[in-house]
Amino acid sequence: MHDITSSTALWYASRATGVVSLVLLSAVMIIGILVNRQGRLPGLPRFVILGLHRNLSLLAVAFVAVHVLSAVADPFVSISLAAAVIPFVSAYEPLWLGLGAVSLDLMAAMIVTSLLRGHLGRRTWRAVHWLAYASWPVAVLHSIYSSKDLQSGPLLYLAIACILAVIGALAWRVARARAAVPRASRVPGLMDDPHLVAGGR
Amino acid sequence: MTSKLRVNPIACSGHGLCAELLPELISLDEWGYPVIAGQAVPPRLARRARRAVTDCPALALRLAPAPERPAAARPAPGRRVPAA
Amino acid sequence: MSAAAADAAVAQDGPAAASGLPRLLPPPGHGSDLASHLRTHGPVPYRGSARALIPEVRAAGLTGRGGAAFPVHRKLEAVAAARPGRAVVVGNAAEGEPASHKDQALLHLAPHLVLDGLQLAAEAVGAGRVVLYVRHDVLAHAGLDAQIAQRSVRGLDRAAVELVSAPARFLAGEESALASLVSAGTAVPRFTPPRVFERGVDGRPTLVQNVETLAHLALIARYGPGWFRGLGTPDEPGTMLCTLRRADGSVNVAEAIIGTPLSGLVDSPGASAVLIGGYHGAWVPADQVPWLTLSNASLRPAGAFTGAGVLAALPADVCGLVESARVARYLALESAGQCGPCLNGLPSIAAAMGELAGLAGRRPDPRVLENLSRWAGLVEGRGACHHPDGTVRFLRSALQVFAAEARLHLQGRCTAASGRPFLPVPAGPTTDADWSSP
Repeated sequence: MHDITSSTALWYASRATGVVSLVLLSAVMIIGILVNRQGRLPGLPRFVILGLHRNLSLLAVAFVAVHVLSAVADPFVSISLAAAVIPFVSAYEPLWLGLGAVSLDLMAAMIVTSLLRGHLGRRTWRAVHWLAYASWPVAVLHSIYSSKDLQSGPLLYLAIACILAVIGALAWRVARARAAVPRASRVPGLMDDPHLVAGGR
Repeated sequence: MTSKLRVNPIACSGHGLCAELLPELISLDEWGYPVIAGQAVPPRLARRARRAVTDCPALALRLAPAPERPAAARPAPGRRVPAA
Repeated sequence: MSAAAADAAVAQDGPAAASGLPRLLPPPGHGSDLASHLRTHGPVPYRGSARALIPEVRAAGLTGRGGAAFPVHRKLEAVAAARPGRAVVVGNAAEGEPASHKDQALLHLAPHLVLDGLQLAAEAVGAGRVVLYVRHDVLAHAGLDAQIAQRSVRGLDRAAVELVSAPARFLAGEESALASLVSAGTAVPRFTPPRVFERGVDGRPTLVQNVETLAHLALIARYGPGWFRGLGTPDEPGTMLCTLRRADGSVNVAEAIIGTPLSGLVDSPGASAVLIGGYHGAWVPADQVPWLTLSNASLRPAGAFTGAGVLAALPADVCGLVESARVARYLALESAGQCGPCLNGLPSIAAAMGELAGLAGRRPDPRVLENLSRWAGLVEGRGACHHPDGTVRFLRSALQVFAAEARLHLQGRCTAASGRPFLPVPAGPTTDADWSSP
């Protein structure tokens, strides 16, 4: 419209990229949760799905970077660069913004360890990657409470959709894990499988 | 200095990415687990082999340097020597 | 002239007399208690420093008696490279092999030779921790804690011995599974490298030796490598304990000189085949027995090896395929279930063997032999441990030795007159809890 100040533009940019980041991060979570031996979309090779998980996470990082930098640059609200990575030190909404910083720190750890995957031990990488289950919910809280955007209207529905999708994926995965027999106990089951005839499966 | 691919069968859960990335050296058995060709990785496949190692979701694949000539035959301690 | 000669050892004044048996087992009329042991053998002949014993072990040519027959001095040297107090020594009496009873017999009849060997091995590698790993049911009855306490009262032992209870699983004696359990984990194999002599119990260099090996070590330390080599063959010196299962069903443990003709140990009349080594060993036809001796040099060309010292003569009226199928099922159930090929392949193989044996109640699918061959090729070498390899070796020998029987079975016939089970196959549940120390 008219008289849009640069300040307002930066603030809009931050909020918009924030929303996109939330959607991307939710997608990354869902793919990460669903990837397992059988987690394969028909016709899509596994390395494509892995590539999607990785590329979406890097894209999310790019959007988060713009989100953070535009918020810092915007003179309208007082958010220092330090507040972007050190939780709870900003003047504006210290708690909810601080959660954003927490989420960002966790994401940074996950990205760095994933880039160095081949050099770290299996256990180290896995341990850090599990922080995703902390990083994403924290990001959701930050998104909903840092500004009023996601608290009403279409953006509220978008936020709810992301949350439900991730919870749904998680529930499915947990149910499968519960139903799965631990490896060592799988053998007797396989032995008594009526399909296990000389001709094989 | 050549390298050989080796899988940790305990860590491996049969994702099958390695076979997609390196079909020349890795195929999947009827249960979805990788069968790795025993020979050294040729230089032209080295980069893809490294990628397969990094991309394995279970980090079960490793690339180990293999000596150019086979070491003098001696059994490793504790290993059962198979019947001739 | 038979196994009776092997175990009715000529009475003598203990192994100091240069020839003859027994060496490990106490002579007739001698007890297994500490006082008898000290009268016969004297106290533990410590060398006073680490590594000092190793050249003698090397000269004696002692190899492991747990099944792998690996040169003991090489293991000692590898573990002795650790800094003083770092290494761990474990005496292995897990006896996961159901057909073998030699380790429990040794613990009942000559526990102090085993305990001496443990002390000497600990000194040789500069160990900071000494463990005796015993199958739980044997541990309950062997009175080992009392034996150890008596020795400690007399000041015989320089290192404290911990008793660790092992589950009754086939793989409980596998060295990485053992190290895993003693480290307070579960007794399932780990991926190697690193092998346990580099990183074993609690990440420390670990010497794992079968208890029979330790008993031989205790004698070599007293009477010397020359004495040890006085019996046996130049390439495979010494004696070994064997578990003899005869066709009539009787079982006993005997100490035999390596190189003894097998016909002196097993009765071939009345038997159709002999299982040698254990459930990871191999069958040989009964008619080959007169040409075989108890040595790897003689057995390897026949496709077998001494292994855990099991010699089981299959009665002629029992079907070799049925027995092999029962064992195959047991071996499949004993998979740790950690590696895809073993977890999937062994049950497939066992089911196919069962069908071939006629246990499925229907005529075998004509593809059964081809499938068995394919699956055997698929599981070999693709596990973290050698369970799939040993299972394949056992089954390939069964299909070879009982080939004529297999052809009959494919036509729906079987020549065996009796359906009675012969080989000992433990029944029982398989849960994750069974892998832990009971």
